[in-house]
Amino acid sequence: MKIDPDRVPAVTAPRFLDAGEAALVVQFGDSVDPAINDRVLALDAVLRADPPVGTCEFVPTYRSLMIHYDPLEIDRDTLVSIVGRAMGGVAEGRGAAATWTLPCCYDPALAEDLDEAAQILGLTRDQAVALHANATYRIYMCGFTPGQAYLGGVPDALAISRRPAPRPPHAAGAVLIGGGLCVVAPFAMPTGWYVIGRTPERLYAAERKDAFLIQAGDVLRFDPIDLATFRDLERRAARGEIVARKSAA
Amino acid sequence: MMAAASEAIVRVLSAGPGATLQDAGRHGYLRFGVTAAGPMDALAHATANLAVGNPAGSTALEISVGGIDVTAESGPLRVAVAGGEFTLSLDGRPLPAAAVLNLDEGAALKIRAGRSGSWCYMAVAGRFVVPKVLGSHATHTRTGFGGVDGRALVAGDRLGIERSGSSEQSIGAIVAPWLDRPVNVIRVVLGPQHDYFADDQIAAFLAGPWSVSVKRDRMAYFLEGPRLTHARGYNIVSDGIALGAIQVPGDGRPIVLMADRQSTGGYPKIATIIGPDLGRLAQARPGTTFRFESVSIAQAVAARREEAALLARGIAVEPLVRAHFTSEFLLGLNLIDGVVASTPSDDVPAANTTESDPVEHRT
Repeated sequence: MKIDPDRVPAVTAPRFLDAGEAALVVQFGDSVDPAINDRVLALDAVLRADPPVGTCEFVPTYRSLMIHYDPLEIDRDTLVSIVGRAMGGVAEGRGAAATWTLPCCYDPALAEDLDEAAQILGLTRDQAVALHANATYRIYMCGFTPGQAYLGGVPDALAISRRPAPRPPHAAGAVLIGGGLCVVAPFAMPTGWYVIGRTPERLYAAERKDAFLIQAGDVLRFDPIDLATFRDLERRAARGEIVARKSAA
Repeated sequence: MMAAASEAIVRVLSAGPGATLQDAGRHGYLRFGVTAAGPMDALAHATANLAVGNPAGSTALEISVGGIDVTAESGPLRVAVAGGEFTLSLDGRPLPAAAVLNLDEGAALKIRAGRSGSWCYMAVAGRFVVPKVLGSHATHTRTGFGGVDGRALVAGDRLGIERSGSSEQSIGAIVAPWLDRPVNVIRVVLGPQHDYFADDQIAAFLAGPWSVSVKRDRMAYFLEGPRLTHARGYNIVSDGIALGAIQVPGDGRPIVLMADRQSTGGYPKIATIIGPDLGRLAQARPGTTFRFESVSIAQAVAARREEAALLARGIAVEPLVRAHFTSEFLLGLNLIDGVVASTPSDDVPAANTTESDPVEHRT
């Protein structure tokens, strides 16, 4: 996935695509772009505030909103016209997003692929960490595993291709880069991305009041911590404490 | 499992791989990356539940071709099994592939792969007393959500049941002809990314012929057939994945995304299997050949409506009396070859299916 920050925003007129008879895709473009993602999240917010009868779930992604619906309760054309009207009511802004500061340990003991990634990128380990930790990220979407966040805003110097073949599973809490994006992965999984850090925060915790900590549209920064701090925060997070810091945007 | 508060228990005597608890799915959390899971064959799952008087989406056991042996503890259970054409026996006595029965304390219900089909469902009248995750019992083993500790069932698992419903003693055959579904044609709605393929590739996709690969699980069924080529590359910006989506990765081999699918993905999705045909494909064993047929949304919805109407009429159960089992009758019920070769005896000892016996396929 190539991201060109200088490109003119590629928001297109919305397209309605059918993903079978029970899911409708409302697509605003075909690239990773904050302006496109804003449109997706704005429509999502409007529909969720007053869900049309027969709709089941709304799934915002980078460039489209998937609406799951029960076609025995609402027919496709009715849904399209309701969504069309809802888009007319979408304000420019989509409400205040939260800004999160997520502790992240870049110690090679946890950042298993950091040196390998830095070498591929022609950077020193410290340069790679500084680039990653000083950037501000947008959460474009959540997906793949519970609470997993896809972040845009990765500096070009860290835009690394995905591995040709997946590596063995990473640990829960891994912070990964690949394909010009960054992911925070709450579940251990095999991956084609590079593990460059680990957060002690649990983006998903079943027993917590808010089981999912962050959501699409939020802003995120990483706060570098050493190994000892990681171990301490990890213990506190395991007891249910939220160790990331949240502030209004 | 803790089951002290409930009235009775399903105890797993032995389980092949892939037996899980499934309700209608963990809905509402796709936006956070949570897979819905739920039954591979929703129609069969609903049929088994309705046959014991449960609501259609109730929690039931989903059993793979690995089979399972179960018994009841602390009281009898009213049980229904329906799905693929599996081979069932109760204390050694053969049963129809879709049956309602009373599982008495200590009696052994043995469910094995039969002549056809990949999944069957065992519903129990009442409610499973098992902790839910995000409001659902649906098991998703990849993330460890739901079921029993987020895993497949194993020998020794004890599932609490708050019983409900009738206290009938009879064994009955479930009359559900809709579970006998041919797999020669699977209907799809084209899209959402069929414009990533030229017309001749769409034609090749529909014509196939396709066969179900051995590479298949609750997440995805890989298909073997013509290699499809993309007109506009195969890396798209990740978007949502609907149940039954058929994605075509770079190697041109289509993959059907099933109940345990990921919420989002980045390959073009050429088409989506319509709801009523997904269970049909799920039941197909490796090597089963078929082609796709493109239908409109209206046709797909009509098929859903037909299916809903079938279930709304209720499930008919034909009473069976054990003593009256005959070869002819069992043949009429399409039991597997071999089982029908001898008239089952009323006096088959239960010993061959009790816990002390060697377990054939322990996981």
